Amino acid sequence: MSEPTQHEVLDTEPTHHATHIVSPKVYGVIFASLLFFTGLTVAASYLELGVFNAIVAIAIACIKAVLVILFFMHVKYSSRLTKLTVAAGFFTFFVLITMSLTDYISRAWGLW
Amino acid sequence: MDSQAIATQPAHGQEEHGHPPYLRHHFATVEQQRETASFGMWLFLLTEIMFFGGMFTAYMIYRNWYYPAFVAGSHQLKIWAGTMNTAVLICSSFTMAMGVHAAEIRKRSALLRWLTLTILLGTVFLGIKAYEWHDEWVHHHVPGLNFSISDFTHVDPHYLADKPLPPDMAEKTQVYFSLYFAMTGMHALHMIIGVSILLILLVKAWGGAYTTGHMTTIENFGLYWHFVDIVWIFLFPLLYLISRHQ
Amino acid sequence: MSTATIVKLPPQETARLPKRSYLNNEYGLMSWLLTGDHKRIAILYLISITFFFFIGGAMAGLIRLELLTPQSDLMAADTYNKVFSMHGIIMVFLFLVPSVPATIGNFVLPIMVGAKDLAFPKINLLSWYLYIFAGCFTLAALVLGGVDTGWTFTTPLSTHYLNTHVITAGIGVFIAGFSSIFTGLNFIVTVHRMRAPGMTWFRLPLFVWSHYAASILMVLGTPVLAITLVLVILERAIGIGVFDPTKGGDPLLFQHLFWFYSHPAVYIMILPGMGVISEVISTFSRKRVFGYTAVAFSSVAIAVFGFFVWAHHMFIMGVSNYSALVFSLLTMLVAVPSAIKIFNWAATLYKGSITFETPMLYAFGFMGLFTIGGLTGVFLGSLGMDIHLTETYFIVAHFHFVMVGGMLMAYLAGIHFWWPKMTGRMYPEALSKLAALVTFIGFNLTFFPQFVLGYLGMPRRYAAYPPEFQVLNVLSTAGATVLGIGYLLPMLYMTWSLKYGKIAGSNPWQATGLEWQIQSPPLTENFVETPIVDHEAYDYEWLAHKTQHEVQTVG
Repeated sequence: MSEPTQHEVLDTEPTHHATHIVSPKVYGVIFASLLFFTGLTVAASYLELGVFNAIVAIAIACIKAVLVILFFMHVKYSSRLTKLTVAAGFFTFFVLITMSLTDYISRAWGLW
Repeated sequence: MDSQAIATQPAHGQEEHGHPPYLRHHFATVEQQRETASFGMWLFLLTEIMFFGGMFTAYMIYRNWYYPAFVAGSHQLKIWAGTMNTAVLICSSFTMAMGVHAAEIRKRSALLRWLTLTILLGTVFLGIKAYEWHDEWVHHHVPGLNFSISDFTHVDPHYLADKPLPPDMAEKTQVYFSLYFAMTGMHALHMIIGVSILLILLVKAWGGAYTTGHMTTIENFGLYWHFVDIVWIFLFPLLYLISRHQ
Repeated sequence: MSTATIVKLPPQETARLPKRSYLNNEYGLMSWLLTGDHKRIAILYLISITFFFFIGGAMAGLIRLELLTPQSDLMAADTYNKVFSMHGIIMVFLFLVPSVPATIGNFVLPIMVGAKDLAFPKINLLSWYLYIFAGCFTLAALVLGGVDTGWTFTTPLSTHYLNTHVITAGIGVFIAGFSSIFTGLNFIVTVHRMRAPGMTWFRLPLFVWSHYAASILMVLGTPVLAITLVLVILERAIGIGVFDPTKGGDPLLFQHLFWFYSHPAVYIMILPGMGVISEVISTFSRKRVFGYTAVAFSSVAIAVFGFFVWAHHMFIMGVSNYSALVFSLLTMLVAVPSAIKIFNWAATLYKGSITFETPMLYAFGFMGLFTIGGLTGVFLGSLGMDIHLTETYFIVAHFHFVMVGGMLMAYLAGIHFWWPKMTGRMYPEALSKLAALVTFIGFNLTFFPQFVLGYLGMPRRYAAYPPEFQVLNVLSTAGATVLGIGYLLPMLYMTWSLKYGKIAGSNPWQATGLEWQIQSPPLTENFVETPIVDHEAYDYEWLAHKTQHEVQTVG
């Protein structure tokens, strides 16, 4: 690339990142991991773990989602802005769930 | 008399009109255009997170309230279908990522191959889903339209350890299936839209559109496709794997 | 009132509109209907929003007419329900939400950041078409017989107990939501990626900051409304039981999901208006906004905190006392950033060279009325008060003070402020000042009695009321008539000004900001050359220095 234009010099936005081409080998490893975790979650559902069944299932799903996000969606190699954007989305979803829960878990807590 | 800006700089540098034809006029550089498009797609995916998020919230609350009904309802789903669909979608995510890679290294035939595989896998997913939905219709598990609780008030031959539900809890299986159809339905709609766009992209890729250095569209569509996969990654355990040990 | 003014127009005998501008760049209906130019899209929005405003206003007129007498004599109770529902749906979703962002924001924001257009011009046009589509569905619902759920679509009334056009109206609102989402998405990306060289975040006008904050809310909040409406429609159409208590659903879940969007929605509505006020107050006191950083961050704080307080709309609906406590506490917090802004605007005025042009009159109106509306919001946020005041006219008065006394005044301030930029012409000053005064008087007469009515116990959404409330209701209706005149006047003189108004020149208000450094009306590409920004926002010294060395630019 030639001399940076003044536009680029004055541009302080944290979106610049090297255009990184992820190798098919990485994709292959992630692909295999995802299939493995799928098998794991199905197997785990046949075990009697009480309340941990749900926790294990969600945890495995989160791991799979993180793998897809970081590698298939290239977030690991993306700018800080992209990472912040993804985090903001999940944070808002988290707020929706937890603050709705403040109502539902406390409804049966007895009368004041 | 032209208008004055504060201090000015010519809009382009030395390589005046050497910009590629796909550079839109309101952008200064191709890099800016690419980053803008990517950021825009991510913001759209944020809206999708919140869109599905509402249904996940509803699911979480009702699973808490009506756990036995959710267990019974979940047992009615075919775990082989769900697991296979999960595997199919994961494969399709892999083929999509490989397609993006092919566009990045400008290999047109590879891109066409991977896009076609993704389309096929997406269609297989939809086919299995359609089969499952038909099965639920046949067993009277479609809320509002032909729902019957008889499956839940009697002993399920596949889950002999399960006690049949009392009638009021059996009624709540309709809530489970309402969420099942709403969530898988919305997901399937996104898959259908995805496959349709993929067909258009395939045709354009055939004409060489994405292997000449401008592959932003493929890249951003890939983001959408992976997102739809992630939604299913959560739907699968929540809907299909509620205590299979019982 | 002083006759001093900062308006500086080019000599009218020789002044002409610029030969080339975005208005005459291309001709023909298709050049407007298929445009990608953010300025033309803003004008398209301006026309459509005004159209829906007057329909919603007509509904308001019908409401006030019915409430002249204690009996439900002008219309049946069911019809009254349809009228106020339509009023709410149209005013909230088809007027207030898009008003400043889609008209003024679309027009001015790209220029303010130094860009040639928004990041995604085609999506901008799509936004407008979605808006029109939404409007058509809403009008269809109206014409087919109306919807009577209130703008809040509360279940199980909306899903189970009505035979009105809930689905049609729901689809209309769903589509309007996506129009809003795409506008917000466009703004966020534009502010991040399209700023001119040297335009750092902290040199941006505060108008941009408030639109950025509102856009975050649009993108993250509106989808939840969308899915909620989908579930309501499914429940109504095929009977899935997510909100139906007889099938095990929880009607309160609908309200949680609905208000998760609809509370941030009120900040989506007010934040752009606050952005306008920042610009107007600075310009007409010739002073930079006091505490720029505080105002900028408070915009973002309002957006963030706005997500944490939604259940204050549900205190009496059956949420647990413990969660009500949490939400009430957080509601107290969310008032703080708004108050910070009011204090900072007041501090901007202190020792400023204040003049009373029409936008400034509206801005003063905003400051007083929004403060009252906001304070009454704090009253409502406290649990004890809310038990008594909720679902009464106190609530109606509260939200009309913030939305009409606040937001609508800010919208009018903005339209008057940027009118010369958009059209190249000035509106008649005397008439506009009169209209502002009439609006202010009419507004207070209409809505102040409603605080009293609410406190005395008159419930909202009722066509009939006890006869002891009649005097206050008559006052309110009288005020509404005055208010209507106040809103009609700008329609008339603004239209008149398009042909007969004085030529404005590029900077009639002598304001800072990139939009005032280009011709009025602007070129399609906004800037002849990419601007390079080397000064802070609201830098009046820089402006004075610049205008010394420059002839007023016109055509």
